[in-house]
Amino acid sequence: MSAALKTDYLTINMGPQHPSTHGVIRFIIKTDGEIIHECDPDIGYLHRGIEKLAESVSWQGFVPFTDRVDYVCAMNANLSYSMAVEKLMGLEIPQRAEYIRVIVSELNRISSHAIAIGAANMDMGAFTPFVHLLREREHINDLLEMICGARLTYNYICIGGVNYDLPPGFKEKTLEFLDHFEVVVEQINRLISYNQIFIKRFANVAVVPPEMAMQYNLVGPNLRGSGVKFDVRVAEPYSIYPELDFDVPVGEGYEGTLGDCYDRYLVRVKEIRESIKIIRQCLQRIPGGEHKAVVKNVIKPPKGHIYFRTETPRGDTGYFIYSDGKTSPNRLKIRTGSFTAMSIIPEIAKGVFIADLVAIIGSLDVVAPELDR
Amino acid sequence: MESILLGLGLEEATAQILGAILKALIVLLFFVTVGGVLTWVERRLSGFMQSRLGPNRVGPQGFLQWIADGVKLVFKEDLVPDGADRVLFRLAPYFCLIGVFCTLVVLPWGSGIIIADLNVGLFYFISITSLVVIGVLMAGWSSNNKWSLLGGMRAAAQIVSYEIPVGLGLLVPILISGTLSMQGIMASQGWLPWDWMLFKSPFTVLSFFIFFVGSLAEANRIPFDLPEAESELVSGYCTEYTGFRYAVFFLSEWANLFVVGALTTVVYLGGGNLPGMISGLWVVSLLVFFLKTGLVVFLIIWIRWTLPRFRIDQLMKLSWKYLLPAAFLAFFGQALWMLLTWKLPLVQLAMAVLIFLTFLVLLYLFIKRVSVNIKEQKTSVNSPLPAEAGK
Repeated sequence: MSAALKTDYLTINMGPQHPSTHGVIRFIIKTDGEIIHECDPDIGYLHRGIEKLAESVSWQGFVPFTDRVDYVCAMNANLSYSMAVEKLMGLEIPQRAEYIRVIVSELNRISSHAIAIGAANMDMGAFTPFVHLLREREHINDLLEMICGARLTYNYICIGGVNYDLPPGFKEKTLEFLDHFEVVVEQINRLISYNQIFIKRFANVAVVPPEMAMQYNLVGPNLRGSGVKFDVRVAEPYSIYPELDFDVPVGEGYEGTLGDCYDRYLVRVKEIRESIKIIRQCLQRIPGGEHKAVVKNVIKPPKGHIYFRTETPRGDTGYFIYSDGKTSPNRLKIRTGSFTAMSIIPEIAKGVFIADLVAIIGSLDVVAPELDR
Repeated sequence: MESILLGLGLEEATAQILGAILKALIVLLFFVTVGGVLTWVERRLSGFMQSRLGPNRVGPQGFLQWIADGVKLVFKEDLVPDGADRVLFRLAPYFCLIGVFCTLVVLPWGSGIIIADLNVGLFYFISITSLVVIGVLMAGWSSNNKWSLLGGMRAAAQIVSYEIPVGLGLLVPILISGTLSMQGIMASQGWLPWDWMLFKSPFTVLSFFIFFVGSLAEANRIPFDLPEAESELVSGYCTEYTGFRYAVFFLSEWANLFVVGALTTVVYLGGGNLPGMISGLWVVSLLVFFLKTGLVVFLIIWIRWTLPRFRIDQLMKLSWKYLLPAAFLAFFGQALWMLLTWKLPLVQLAMAVLIFLTFLVLLYLFIKRVSVNIKEQKTSVNSPLPAEAGK
């Protein structure tokens, strides 16, 4: 009897076209019924060779490409690259530009986290919070459109400052939005974050202990969800962040184990509140003056290399740039948070349900363009 | 129906056959209409819940959208995937259709309005809906798609598990009314809220809860929509279906929504019962029935667009560990309660009124809580720009 019965694992392709892989990512999963035995992520479906492209465009010309590295938070990507080049050139930028940069990148952080939270909710089957959060993101898009005319890929922060000064009425509109959004965050929390079914789905699932998080090089909210208090804005301060007063929320095992999906989720919710705090302070203190330093049309940074990182919504995004003193970079490498987040999935997805894999992807906030570049 | 045909001068045998066919046609038409209209209702309501508009182009308020969708689906190619079990694949949707459609036969639309008042009505109802599970399993197996297979397996496990607590939960109303006939169950309740089955004793409240949760699970609605969980299984068992066959699945799912609402109304919410003096007005009775059913359907839609989804092990745990013992508790509790208050109708009435008042208080508290939320929402983000305001 036993010789006749042969059982085998069921190999399923999850993706590249699957509703919950947030872009084109493919997982080859071997399951025993509903329980995952092995999960093998297959990446590269959205590879556009952005890093190689940098070698054939001018230094300023690469800024629009950084928009496309992570189009959910294009401002933050602009900021990382521009600051890296400025550091390489030793360029001082006006104080007003620093404030504007922080305001827009924190606004973009809010919209990115809103998408992350909404997508996590939608993966769990709750569609309404996602639509509500998209509606709120529209308000942020409106604000950023006021500034630079674009709603998704901004090309706003440039080498030497920002491209345009703040338009009249921006401060009032932003404060109005923040007042509105603070209420909405609590409403979304009451609607979904504190919902028992949602907590049951996220708590104690895919636990990443602090040591493991550091071993796998997790960054940003995923690392902080595991209880490691590391934020580039605080650890390696840049721009005007040292002058600002904000907390770094970390996971505390809110509804179960430290470092589970719910911790990572709630850290993002709390970071939204901190970003609101930062924007309020910046709007209060913003000085007058120029919004852009004088930069030549064709720049040739001195020979040398630099690695510079900033805190983006998906962890720290680092730019390694090697310059040989010509009009375009000799080599440029981008280090992104989604890539390391992806590398931990095979480890934590062992022995969980297929439905939990969806929760894992949602809580790690993996975004395909940033992953593949 | 037969009497009308006999009045037209037909023979009795012919009249009976013709009458049966006519009745079936009427029910089929109603089935298609109610399934279609409910898709529109659900899409429009979900639109409002999500600050969207929903379908509003075809006809007044987009009411004819379901016809447009139906026409589109019928004109699509009827595709059978390579390697599929062709016979089972083509047959599967009709099992779902029949499973839902046949329940309409025993639904009492109002006092005295029923196609066939079987003396085992409720039993027939529970057993015929089991056909749906066979259809879903067939669809999942025959599609030759792993996601479909997983969806079909989930559906089988889920629906079979939840049929047991639902069946046991329904024993409580049967115990009170002493009959399995749908008209009999409806007639054992009055038109006043505290005469409804729901409020009769604490155990009927419990049994209502078990029945409602189980029905949601059997109808594959969120939070129990695992067989077709979009974010996990793409589309579950109907991933490979297109065109007309997909429309049949779709239709029976939404018609099932109505059936669940109607059964809840008949068994727990007094059905189409009217006060004694106007009990002869069947149109009013029909209206009352549809109003109550509409409210229950609205509740189910509301739940769907609010809650997230369970995981498969949590779903099974809920059924076997909590609902099943609770159903036994409700059954024995109700039997004991009836035994104790056998000669004390006043105590029974007092209990019913008390439960009804508790329900009203809970409803008031709920509305108060919701209104706080709505007031908070009124912070505006759409004030004009200073430059625009000056103009």
